[in-house]
Amino acid sequence: MDTYSLSHLDALESASIHIMREVAAEFQHPVLLFSGGKDSLCMLRIAEKAFRPAKLPFPVMHIDTGHNFPEVIEFRDRLIGSMGEHLIVRGVEDAISNGIAVETADGDVSRNRLQIPTLLAALEEFKFDAAFGGGRRDEEKARAKERIYSFRDSFGQWDPKNQRPELWNLFNGKIFSGENIRVFPISDWTELDVWQYIEREKMEIPNIYFSHQRDVFFRDGQWLSTGPYMSPKSNETVENRTVRFRTIGDMVCTGAIESTATSVADIIDEIAVFRVSERGGRADDRFSETAMEDRKKEGYF
Amino acid sequence: MQADIENDSNSPQIELLRFSTCGSVDDGKSTLIGRLLYDSKSLFEDQLEALERSSRLTGDADINLANLTDGLRAEREQGITIDVAYRYYATPKRKFIVADTPGHTQYTRNMVTGASTANLAVILIDARHGIIEQSRRHSFLASLLGIPHLVLCVNKMDLVEFSQDRFEEIRSEFEQFSTLLDIRDITYFPVSALNGDNVVELSGNMPWYKGPPLLQFLENVHIANDRNFAYPRLPVQWVIRPRSDEFHDFRAYSGQIASGVFRVGDDVIVLPSGRRSKIKEIKQFEDSVPLAYTPMSVAVVLEDQIDVSRGDVIVTTDSIPYVTNEIEAMVCWMHDQPMLSGRKYEIKHTSRSTKAIVNELMYRVNINTLGEDYRAVSLALNEIGRVRIRTQQPMIFDEYRKNRNMGAFILIDEATHATVGAGMICEPAKEIPMPQYDGYVI
Ligand SMILES: Nc1nc2c(ncn2[C@@H]2O[C@H](COP(=O)(O)OP(=O)(O)O)[C@@H](O)[C@H]2O)c(=O)[nH]1
Repeated sequence: MDTYSLSHLDALESASIHIMREVAAEFQHPVLLFSGGKDSLCMLRIAEKAFRPAKLPFPVMHIDTGHNFPEVIEFRDRLIGSMGEHLIVRGVEDAISNGIAVETADGDVSRNRLQIPTLLAALEEFKFDAAFGGGRRDEEKARAKERIYSFRDSFGQWDPKNQRPELWNLFNGKIFSGENIRVFPISDWTELDVWQYIEREKMEIPNIYFSHQRDVFFRDGQWLSTGPYMSPKSNETVENRTVRFRTIGDMVCTGAIESTATSVADIIDEIAVFRVSERGGRADDRFSETAMEDRKKEGYF
Repeated sequence: MQADIENDSNSPQIELLRFSTCGSVDDGKSTLIGRLLYDSKSLFEDQLEALERSSRLTGDADINLANLTDGLRAEREQGITIDVAYRYYATPKRKFIVADTPGHTQYTRNMVTGASTANLAVILIDARHGIIEQSRRHSFLASLLGIPHLVLCVNKMDLVEFSQDRFEEIRSEFEQFSTLLDIRDITYFPVSALNGDNVVELSGNMPWYKGPPLLQFLENVHIANDRNFAYPRLPVQWVIRPRSDEFHDFRAYSGQIASGVFRVGDDVIVLPSGRRSKIKEIKQFEDSVPLAYTPMSVAVVLEDQIDVSRGDVIVTTDSIPYVTNEIEAMVCWMHDQPMLSGRKYEIKHTSRSTKAIVNELMYRVNINTLGEDYRAVSLALNEIGRVRIRTQQPMIFDEYRKNRNMGAFILIDEATHATVGAGMICEPAKEIPMPQYDGYVI
């Protein structure tokens, strides 16, 4: 490569840093939505790169479904604690007991949907006007047209027909009071980019991304973990298998894959030959072709 | 700590290429992108499954590669792509970001959006129809947006019996037209997206074609020098001030280098104030680097404690941008409510925002004939014209032709907050007295 060239990771990182600084400068109360998953970890690293040696000019917030993997919660608290940053946790559990979120009758259904009212209530509570999310356009069809600044009306709704055009790296951050935006600084990253970045930055990630022994049972074409919130039906048998998770979400619907990958490098090799895209392992996207689109219209991240 | 920026052996050194695709409806744009994703193995099994499922729903016999790139439900129902969609694929040589822009007349706005960040534009032509008005319009927009490389894909060669004569006919017609354009590099490909001829592999059906397949060209086209390395410009986005004990007096000016190269020790001027200093340190996170260049995001520490804030631009003393309140620019109108002379807008340019008045619409471009209409009094949605704009705060800029990042702006409606215009600065509006900074003439 030429003297003044930039690798794809450097180019992506630089663009993401630019986005974060724009938001910090133009919004009153931004917040970084953090799940402990790999995408939000990348966002957090980019935020450090954008603002160090100062503290981040915004807090970090986790919308906790209450069905998270305990390993991830432990990791989250340790990481944010060691960074000395401010962590806010708002739980779907509380939102349910406050009547903000209503659980559906079907016990097994994912709580991802319930994150929506919980998130909206939290944005309101803290008067956040911009929320960084780790969404990527390569994840799902409906995301391919989402803007980096994704504009929400005062009901938190996304209107795919009425998005602002985004030109060059000039972002229009104008909002009226009561409105807010979601910002996706890693929109242009792919799953592989994310892993390559984690490898390059030598970032620590929750251990459930690596292969381990786990009691699982097979449902809807994927391995689900047994646990306090999840038990197999009578016709489903529990097996102990060597698995890992490709995404980290609600235990109830995040499927594990069989894998022997024990390092980030192994994971990168695995992805290079993967035949199932990462959202394929999430039961809640499979309900309908346009599942994601519907959820986004309601205000999903 | 000294970081070696040229040698980062842990990460694969592959480059990023952004391209936009445009074509009229049914020229095969979606099929071509689907083909690139499919043949470069950037598709996953469940995506393929979903593809097969939706093909069954619509009753198509084969899987329809075009379905891959038709995102939203409304669009799928209407069977047309109506918004810019971004697609990603990678080969061992490059990572590609594709801005897939729809080809309708009324969607010039989307094309401009997709083209704004592109290194290269792919324009599709149906071999049976040849160059049509829309092909000219797309090429003009690519040229206006300063895209350095244009790729003309003559598609559906299978429907013209893979005829070399037909291909050459289309090529020479376009070559003639392209003399009106400002594009350095134009390359022509005869392809069949449906069957994959000359897309990823060379086609046995067209032995007369001696060039590389499209993908190989996209992997190798030289783009590093398309960036402007001549004018060092750092628009300040954010001032880093830790105010901690450890970094008590630390102050760094952060931003993404818009163009050029900065080195530690460079003499710099901060605009618009005109204060001078020297670069003491260039920081990238925890690393201190000896030099940095566009499009890196950095934080710069200056030797002197001078007042610098967001919206200021740090430049070196050997190349100074324009600093004026009056500019002439090409504007593409993006909104249903037409642009009117005398109206106030907010203008966002680099990291600066200020108020602006469109003083005069000089002419409107007929984007089909490239003629100039001097009687026009307004710009409607998707129209393009040359305007004279006066701003409240001075603009710090270069001509868009020479420096895309320092010449691009957007116009925002103050009442609705909508992004209503996309602008490219041509030059300062008139001869103005040159301001002087410490004896330095700008
Ligand atoms: N024969 C032939 N048909 C093609 C080719 N490329 C695309 N098509 C067909 O042309 C139609 C329109 O293609 P599509 O990709 O949807 O066009 P778009 O509107 O430009 O995205 C579809 O029926 C395709 O199958 C080609 O190379 N040869």
